[in-house]
Amino acid sequence: MSVAPVEITRPETEEQAAVDQPWLTIVWNDPVNLMDYVTYVFQRVFGYPKPKAEKLMLDVHNKGKAVVAAGAREAMERNAETLHGYGLWATVSHDA
Amino acid sequence: MVGFRRTSDGVAARFARPEAAIIRDLVEQVVELVQPMPSATEADELAALVGMSDGALDSKELPDDPVLARLLPDAYNDDPDAAGEFRKFTESGLRSGKVECAKTLLDTLPASGGKVRLTSEQAEAWLRSLNDVRLALGVRLGVTDDYDALDADVEPDDPRFAYVQVYQWLAYIQGSLVAALS
Repeated sequence: MSVAPVEITRPETEEQAAVDQPWLTIVWNDPVNLMDYVTYVFQRVFGYPKPKAEKLMLDVHNKGKAVVAAGAREAMERNAETLHGYGLWATVSHDA
Repeated sequence: MVGFRRTSDGVAARFARPEAAIIRDLVEQVVELVQPMPSATEADELAALVGMSDGALDSKELPDDPVLARLLPDAYNDDPDAAGEFRKFTESGLRSGKVECAKTLLDTLPASGGKVRLTSEQAEAWLRSLNDVRLALGVRLGVTDDYDALDADVEPDDPRFAYVQVYQWLAYIQGSLVAALS
């Protein structure tokens, strides 16, 4: 299984942070979470517009997992914590 | 039960008494399961008291119960130390967050059923709580990506039959709530 490439549009400084500290928030597929709910959570947690949230949801669903955010480790851990609160199966990993 | 609909100031749905009873019962079971454990210090003292070895009750490990393991998953797949550290600092907050959502649901769903009106904030708590219940049921029922197989496999005389129906029904309610909020 491969990590889905994700385009993340962010301001210059954050982009730089992502390059310097390439940590990732990954969401894994699970058979219970509803597709619409996962899309809703991505919109709510990351403020992504619906088309982007839907694309990420489909990546999770079809490819088994998707990178939903990249940046500093602390921020990725906060993401995972928030996503666990919503019942999504999220992990943090260092970009290899 | 026709699911949630958007109203001028939030969302609303109507539940029959038995429907409310089923939801409340399942939500209460999840609360029982995820209620925060005693603090690390208390746990250590307890461990010392009963002569258990160090760390036997610490909360740095993925829970043994598969439902709890799904509700409180590891945040690192390949780094047990990082997963343990993360759990140490986040698990109790995660547990209380889930309990809080469940309490909001229980506070807004009368045991006798009837009309339920929710603000968007309460609706979000419902979404999370219903999702926790479905995750718990999904694990207990052994739901996989091939859900249809389970559905076809479970005959009416199977003890899981009623739960499969409830699982589907909860998906319908949760889906209607997502749609009403979107």
